[in-house]
Amino acid sequence: MLTINDLHVSYGGIKALRGINLKIEENKIVTLIGANGAGKSSTLRAIMNLVKKQSGTVEYNGTDLTNLKTMDIVKKGIALSPEGRRVFPNLTVEENLILGAYTINDKEDIKRTMGEIYNLFPRLKERSWQKAGTLSGGEQQMLAVGRAMMVHPKILMLDEPSLGLAPLLVKDIFDIIKEIHRQGNTILLIEQNAKKALEIADYGYVIETGSIVLEGEGKSLLNNDKVREAYLGESR
Amino acid sequence: MSIQEFLQHVANGTSLGSLYALIAIGYTLVYGILRLINFAHGDIFMLGAYITYYGIIYTPIPWWLVFILACVLTGLVGLTLEKLAYKPLRGQPRITILISAIGASFLLQNLGVLLFSGRPKAFPTPAILSRTLIIGGVSVSLISIIIPIVTIIILAILSFIIQKTKTGMAMRALSKDYEAASLMGIDINGVISFTFFIGSFLAAVGGIMWGIKYPQLIPLMGVMPGLKCFIAAVIGGIGNITGAVIGGFILGLGEIMLIAFLPSLTGYRDAFAFILLILILLIKPTGLMGEKIAEKV
Ligand SMILES: Nc1ncnc2c1ncn2[C@@H]1O[C@H](COP(=O)(O)OP(=O)(O)OP(=O)(O)O)[C@@H](O)[C@H]1O
Ligand SMILES: [Mg+2]
Repeated sequence: MLTINDLHVSYGGIKALRGINLKIEENKIVTLIGANGAGKSSTLRAIMNLVKKQSGTVEYNGTDLTNLKTMDIVKKGIALSPEGRRVFPNLTVEENLILGAYTINDKEDIKRTMGEIYNLFPRLKERSWQKAGTLSGGEQQMLAVGRAMMVHPKILMLDEPSLGLAPLLVKDIFDIIKEIHRQGNTILLIEQNAKKALEIADYGYVIETGSIVLEGEGKSLLNNDKVREAYLGESR
Repeated sequence: MSIQEFLQHVANGTSLGSLYALIAIGYTLVYGILRLINFAHGDIFMLGAYITYYGIIYTPIPWWLVFILACVLTGLVGLTLEKLAYKPLRGQPRITILISAIGASFLLQNLGVLLFSGRPKAFPTPAILSRTLIIGGVSVSLISIIIPIVTIIILAILSFIIQKTKTGMAMRALSKDYEAASLMGIDINGVISFTFFIGSFLAAVGGIMWGIKYPQLIPLMGVMPGLKCFIAAVIGGIGNITGAVIGGFILGLGEIMLIAFLPSLTGYRDAFAFILLILILLIKPTGLMGEKIAEKV
């Protein structure tokens, strides 16, 4: 459904992506793993058109997204919870969620979705009137994920959603990702914790200095020697 | 000074302060979102007054409708200014846009001289608005009462828009994080245009009421009020709307009281604002209501 073709991105002459090809099938969890600076975030940002693509195309169910504005890509049903939370600190938790549904006009729908998200993250409900800037790091992360879910994205892209969370919460986040997936959504996941990511992923891509070097089903990558050595911290 | 005289000065100061507040809001709104001092804002205020002048003199449209149309039209001018002078430079160093703003200001002033001639024009105040009332022995011009009332109503509407509507939320979100805002599906350009429209609309409201209170129009009439209202916005804490209002009132009331109590300093009337600016920058550089100024990333 989402197809990325030969994507190139550079920052002021420095190449960050050198021809990325990705396919994200419907109702699948797909993960992108790689070392720091490999180009994972750049890939997601290029899909959303937050960074300029040097070349390459992004296609979604037959629609060309390559040159659409970010807001129009969101309207097509693709949402990104960006790296580093990026919640609006001067807005309340509730307002952050409402903005997540900015492109939706149905007030009832917004209310219902917000209820669902409060069910997933009861902590957010308790703090719905608190300014997001005063939330703890972990709470902000929950808010960032919840906010991205507010539009009922057909593809939810999560850039390190468990960053800075306590181990118990990391497990919660992964459970929530599985739950979102179970509800019929497609997920593109980036995680520092490659093992956990590959365990829940249907398919995975390994990215190294801007190129895909390996791909395959989650389970098979878990058992791949190279992956085990480089990303799972296991020696041969 | 009799109590009557004093109350008269209070009324005067309040209405001048309201006008300053209206214009200062425009500076602060734009700064809040673009981190840009829109130096052409005072000239937009001037345009608002002139558009009203021509509307009343040269069209058969009733004055109250001219007022509304002039505000809308001025709003559209402000919006266009952003599209032509600022938008193409977005993403460039801030100083570049600042210089563009200064250029836009000169351009509007000189365009004003060219189109409206440098000779002063008398603002055609509708008779009904130029009355003077006697309240408890104090004679007050009707407009001095209308100005604060209009300002309060506008402030109430504005704070409703910013606090309660989706567009207002988008404005607040945008002021912190463009990228995250666009990830919400917010139309960044649309919100920026809206902000300029509102700011310029308010400047026109100020321009019209200014014309009624001080009925002489010249193309450079926006320079001094523009500077003072910028100062008002800084005193209040630029980017903060309540601050802009407070700053406007401090400046307006302070200026009138200075003249009232120390008539020998009348010549320093304009200097008052600048002295206040220097003081506030020394004592509390972020302004009265200002948050810590965070560099935009
Ligand atoms: N705005 C930018 N300007 C210049 N270089 C950038 C910019 N953003 C990213 N880069 C560079 O591009 C490369 C890829 O960065 P990217 O953020 O995509 O990595 P990543 O795989 O997400 O890493 P991490 O796991 O640390 O988040 C890095 O070398 C980074 O320094
Ligand atoms: Mg990253």
